[in-house]
Amino acid sequence: MPIAKEILDEVALSEEEYEQIVQELGREPNLVEIGLFGSLWSEHCGYKHSTLLLKQLPHSSPNVLVNPGEENAGAVDIGDGLCIVMKMESHNHPSAIEPYEGAATGVGGIVRDIFTMGARPIALLNSLRFGPLSEPRNRYLFGGVVAGIGGYGNCLGIPDVAGEVYFSPAYSANPLVNAMCVGIADKRKLVSSKASGKGNLLMLVGADTGRDGLHGASGLASRTFDDERELRPTVQVGNPFMEKLLLEACLELAETDYIVGLQDLGAAGLTSSAIESASKSGSGVVIDVAKVPRREEGMTPYEVMLSESQERMLAIVKKGYEDKVKAIFDKWDLRSDIIGEVTDDGLARITEGKKVVAEVPIELLTTPPLYRPKSLKPPWLNALQKFDLSTIADVGKDASSVLLRLLASPNIASKEWIFRQYDHQVQINTTVPPGSDAAVLRIKGTKKAIALTTDGNGRYCYLDPYTGGTITVAEAARNLACAGAVPLAITDCLNFGNPEKTDVYYQLEQCIRGITQACKSLNIPVISGNVSLYNETRDEPVYPTPVVGMLGLIDDIDQHSTIGFKHEGDLVVMLGGNAKGTDGLGGSEYLESIHDIVAGALSINLDLEKRVQQCCLDAIRQGLILSAHDCSDGGLAVTLAESCIAGSIGIKGKWKIAGRIDTELFGEAQSRIVVSLKPARLGELQKLAAKHRIPLRELGSVGGKRFLIKGVIDLPLDDIVDAWRNGLEKAMG
Amino acid sequence: MRFGVIIFPGTWSDKDCHHVLDKALKQKVEYIWHKDTDLSGFDCVILPGGFSYGDYLRPGAIGRFSPVMTAVQEFAAAGKLVFGICNGFQILCESGLLPGALIQNNHLQYRCQWVHLRTENTSLPFSSRATKGQVLYIPISHYEGSYYADQATLEELEVNNRVVFRYCTPSGEITEAANPNGSLNNIAGIVNKAGNVLGMMPHPERACEEIVGGLDGNVIFESIIDEVTTREMGCVKPL
Repeated sequence: MPIAKEILDEVALSEEEYEQIVQELGREPNLVEIGLFGSLWSEHCGYKHSTLLLKQLPHSSPNVLVNPGEENAGAVDIGDGLCIVMKMESHNHPSAIEPYEGAATGVGGIVRDIFTMGARPIALLNSLRFGPLSEPRNRYLFGGVVAGIGGYGNCLGIPDVAGEVYFSPAYSANPLVNAMCVGIADKRKLVSSKASGKGNLLMLVGADTGRDGLHGASGLASRTFDDERELRPTVQVGNPFMEKLLLEACLELAETDYIVGLQDLGAAGLTSSAIESASKSGSGVVIDVAKVPRREEGMTPYEVMLSESQERMLAIVKKGYEDKVKAIFDKWDLRSDIIGEVTDDGLARITEGKKVVAEVPIELLTTPPLYRPKSLKPPWLNALQKFDLSTIADVGKDASSVLLRLLASPNIASKEWIFRQYDHQVQINTTVPPGSDAAVLRIKGTKKAIALTTDGNGRYCYLDPYTGGTITVAEAARNLACAGAVPLAITDCLNFGNPEKTDVYYQLEQCIRGITQACKSLNIPVISGNVSLYNETRDEPVYPTPVVGMLGLIDDIDQHSTIGFKHEGDLVVMLGGNAKGTDGLGGSEYLESIHDIVAGALSINLDLEKRVQQCCLDAIRQGLILSAHDCSDGGLAVTLAESCIAGSIGIKGKWKIAGRIDTELFGEAQSRIVVSLKPARLGELQKLAAKHRIPLRELGSVGGKRFLIKGVIDLPLDDIVDAWRNGLEKAMG
Repeated sequence: MRFGVIIFPGTWSDKDCHHVLDKALKQKVEYIWHKDTDLSGFDCVILPGGFSYGDYLRPGAIGRFSPVMTAVQEFAAAGKLVFGICNGFQILCESGLLPGALIQNNHLQYRCQWVHLRTENTSLPFSSRATKGQVLYIPISHYEGSYYADQATLEELEVNNRVVFRYCTPSGEITEAANPNGSLNNIAGIVNKAGNVLGMMPHPERACEEIVGGLDGNVIFESIIDEVTTREMGCVKPL
């Protein structure tokens, strides 16, 4: 009997994929089985279009304890018997449909990935993209997402310490909401997600199972969508209080030896949770859906297996220990039910009471076809890259007003409007709060601290996917260097359009190549991540937006650095490259905000980048410098302004501008860090820069209440502060 | 002396309070589960911040029915010290140990930021280390922190000097701009009639170590330690 196309469409399987299933299974799958395949072979769970590209990313370093894909999140050793567990994930499509709940459940999902491993979540970060705030719908989406992230994270007591947000028309119909969670654990007590040991029990804990979120993985996250209304029921509603109870109960359980594994229920619910756990140990599972507690009556086995009801966990309990485990969940007033057990036959067997409703080899379910579609550099990209930037008029006398406009633009303005809605202090580790290059958190009981940042520049990756990917990693590492931290590991979230299109696949392929190159050059492994494809609406893809979350380690917290200028009379010095011609204007915030142009070529020298970062780190450790701030969005003038604002003190810039004023002030040439120091230490810093073979340039001195760059800008510091501080709030109306 | 820190389901400042008392102030401190009913041996019980029962219904409205709250009532009636921070303050109001209510911030947004507090009453077990009018720099983190009470209650609080902390400017002026949530009379913290139960929305436990931004929270904890130590020495001050 030929399968109806509507059924395949509902689970997003192609006819070819269905044929493959029939052939390998030796029979037609029934409806429940089609549901299992649809979920596990979805782009979201199966990484069909990205696996072959992701293989090139470097994963190893002496510190890496858990690699991507092995467990729910990656883990890296930080010494003192401790490890950091981290991961980033997208919740783009749910947030586009229902911003508050979409973003909230995104936080819930990523937090579960962390405590599933026995790690206590200690930080949240998020990387957001929206269309321009001049559109009411974008303000609604942005406001809703921020409230949703806060609403969920605040209730859990996990500080939201860093992140980024950018606005561009490319994200108008399809915002990006990437959430990252960082946890800490005793490295000997990391919990596996493997379902192993015949006869061990599958215990489902937490919320009851309802019809919410059916087809979230296959439908929402794995194809484009146009009519939002019909998709609303696929977005789940979060219950952060239940999550908090699960978090505490699971961490209590992680201290015992009653379980062999712990796995959260996320995309594709019980299906992916149980089957992927069994797959990791080569076991089988049998699940009786009749034993799954329901929120509604009349649910079919298909619906129970595919429900994405939130706040549920699966514990793989050692046989004989079920009462002890149940006692822990009872203490936290959580419902727990044994719904099945581990077998050794490699099959996923789903029953409803005694009746078998599905029986499929797990290896087949977890081995989706992998695609490497055609990649083609689109002709329009060549034209954009060749755009002659020298045809643009220089800023001339307008430098002061251009600076104020840039500082007030939502992409550069203070993000306090966002982070004051997030508890960023709970757990009392936050040493450098949001608003710096990187957040710094002390590690209690040690002298150490970690630094965290997220970075991504969709505009760069749109103009040059390879170089843009490279810069993404380089800038994140530079942010950590400015805090005084050595980069340890990356988690990434790759947001792209429909990979079946040749130009989108080209972007994906080139971005991953660029990220790989930078990771290898800077020696930073990728330990976890997520790929979000089909981010497009009405045929328009978002900017290719790889986002990198990076972890760095500071051995002695007393040697961390901040971005603010400190004292009257300190020298201001630039470490790193000198921009010439139109270097750094291509793809800059200045070019888009002021000239409404998105074009130009990008470049980065990874060798120079590495030496600049090392020089900055050495200078911080030797106590040579008093502040360090990475030169990025908005260029040198914005960097200086931010250091002035953070330190509540002015600057007297005295250096001579030889070439174009806009290149010098607003160009975003890479590999540059602005530092300040006591004049007496300049000789030592010069020696250090010479040792690392990097250019060093004196820019002027800290002091006064004006922002002065000789011959081009002279503004009261208060004007600078006002523009920057109120920009985002004004844009929100 | 011995501190107790109560854990309700959904509490999250429990570990912060414990850390500060144990590591920064070197005090004896133990956790108390919300189903426990015996508070003997404790000198001061802290109801920490968080979202007890998810703040469902109203913040503190369900938490006040936890078994431990009966014991807290008796503990307070016996003159022992009870200190509610943030959600703890909300629970104390819901349970009737303190008057008034904490309603949604007037701007309808969650707010996490550092604020200045003027110390209005320094003759209490919680504030004796402060000088009159001393401005403390301590963070807030709440969505429902706007203090509300009827006019008669407000007057009673003011007349009897029961407002302990008020939101103020860095120099100690009480202005509307310095009020982060719309609290009546800029009220950030109050005590009961007997002066042994304090509730405040700001989080002093977040301001007890330089590395996380400040030390002013210690003024409150050290006042409590002074009080209990004095009591232990037998010189019980009248409340």
